[in-house]
Amino acid sequence: MRPIIRHNPDPLHLALPDFRNLGTILRILLGVNAVVVVAGWLRESRWEHLASEWIELAGMVEPQLLLALTILYVAQPWFSRLPWATGAAMVAAITVATALVVHAVLEHFTPQSSETLLRRLVFSLLMCVVLLGYFRLRSKALSPAFTEARLQALQARIRPHFLFNSINAVLSLIRAEPTRAEEALEDMADLFRVLMRDNRGLAPLGDEVLLCRQYLALEKLRLGDRLQVEWHLNSMPADALVPPLVLQPLLENAVYHGIEPLSGPGVVSINIFYKGGDVHAILRNPYRVDGGSHHAGNKMAIGNVRERLALHFDAEANLESKVNADVYEVHIRMPYRTAEQSALVRRGPDKPAESRRE
Amino acid sequence: MSDAPLRVLIVDDEAPARRRLRDVLDDCAEALPIATVGEAADGREAIEMLQVVGADLVLTDIRMPGMDGLELARHLLKLPQPPVVIFTTAYHEHALEAFDVNAIDYLVKPVRVARLLAALQKVPRLRPISSSRLDQMPSSARRFLSVTERSRVILVPLEEVIYLKAELKYITIRTAEREYLLEESLTKLEDEFGPRFVRVHRNCLVAREFIRGFERHVSNEGDAHWEVLLKGVSESLAVSRRQQFIVREIGKD
Repeated sequence: MRPIIRHNPDPLHLALPDFRNLGTILRILLGVNAVVVVAGWLRESRWEHLASEWIELAGMVEPQLLLALTILYVAQPWFSRLPWATGAAMVAAITVATALVVHAVLEHFTPQSSETLLRRLVFSLLMCVVLLGYFRLRSKALSPAFTEARLQALQARIRPHFLFNSINAVLSLIRAEPTRAEEALEDMADLFRVLMRDNRGLAPLGDEVLLCRQYLALEKLRLGDRLQVEWHLNSMPADALVPPLVLQPLLENAVYHGIEPLSGPGVVSINIFYKGGDVHAILRNPYRVDGGSHHAGNKMAIGNVRERLALHFDAEANLESKVNADVYEVHIRMPYRTAEQSALVRRGPDKPAESRRE
Repeated sequence: MSDAPLRVLIVDDEAPARRRLRDVLDDCAEALPIATVGEAADGREAIEMLQVVGADLVLTDIRMPGMDGLELARHLLKLPQPPVVIFTTAYHEHALEAFDVNAIDYLVKPVRVARLLAALQKVPRLRPISSSRLDQMPSSARRFLSVTERSRVILVPLEEVIYLKAELKYITIRTAEREYLLEESLTKLEDEFGPRFVRVHRNCLVAREFIRGFERHVSNEGDAHWEVLLKGVSESLAVSRRQQFIVREIGKD
């Protein structure tokens, strides 16, 4: 627990939802369709007629919903620059416009439908207001101040075990190998600089990998040949923005649970690549069935990284861990974002430019 | 205090940690006669070394692969002249936290010269930790059983144990190679190693992974009973009537 005194760098700023975010799109689709389901059931409670009722309602609602979502998706970069009230008004305007267009088209093809423009306008505006209200509340709940407070609480913490063992290892080098001791202290300084700085924004993946290398160099100092590291970074997008310390705590786990309990050498492998618009990171370490007593600590680090991924990327990132025979594997998937993109898609806590290290 | 130097054995799985401790011991040597008799990378190696070179003091890390420091302390008690054990630890661990500081001596890494010297000066007055005290430590199950034969301590890795059978006042440990005699209680062993063994008889625990199958025997009088067939040894063991349910339970998987 580190008390940090600082001004809140980002005053409560409420943005419209990111209409290109999968989580936002899903929430809108689910929200509207849930209302449709309930509305259908209120109008027609006999089960045998319910299905046709729903189909009819969906046929009226879905085209407009999809059209509006497409427009919002396309216009997102422009929306993200508007103040909330203006943006909300624009969303309402888009809702009305799509209502008019879809009504006109349906009227043209199926003139005798029960559809009336008034009902459509009322329903779609109502949904628009409810959803905007929901996203506003959500954004308040996850507002930068709140999100930052949570990220602060989630700041990855180094294991004291590692800290004291490393200091001890450096002490052992001072008399015999002063140059290596100096290098080790430099690595430690870098590591702790990153650990103690403001880690609420996103940082380039290349920096995180460098940090991991420094961390593993320190562990190698202690563990010698027991720690074997394999890097597979050929197709890694080094410019991808990721939450800082997204990999290091997991590597710390890999060493603590995978390598330290082994008498002989063990391999930690790190495989980072780009695939289908996402950045994947796969970490593997040896797994021992009877290493039971340390599982709680492991779950904590994984839960922490998972929660930070969710705060930054919502449903677009995930973390899975599994055991294959005697290998423990963590697989992280994150959307590929770069500094240029995030200048357009502004999200609360991002401050990519600042976090680039020398 | 006698003039003979204090013989110290260093046990730590990390080479830099051993070197550091050696350096600090060298520093202490100016104030107190000390002889570092060796370095071991884990508990098992330490026991092997101690059978060759005697030591008055073992400075051991707690968390080590193979055999940890707490288990080492237990096996050391079987040596003809058990050395005093002082634990070194990078971070105060639960095992020690639960303890009164006076009950077990430990040093926090990185170890300071002054602190180590103070501990070393106490050593001649210290007694080895008693096994009842070690029993109270919330430690995990041992990975070895230690038996004394002709004043040598032999470590039997738990994964080699096929069965444990109580006979009179000893327990017979059976491995694929041979038998050993152990002076412990079968019930305590069952508690410590839990699911690894299954009780087939009032006096016998069999390692699950060595069970090859079960066979039904009918005696001349017509009494039937089950026998456990084992991997690695040709003998079989009788399953008591009370434990017969394990035949079905284990037969399933």
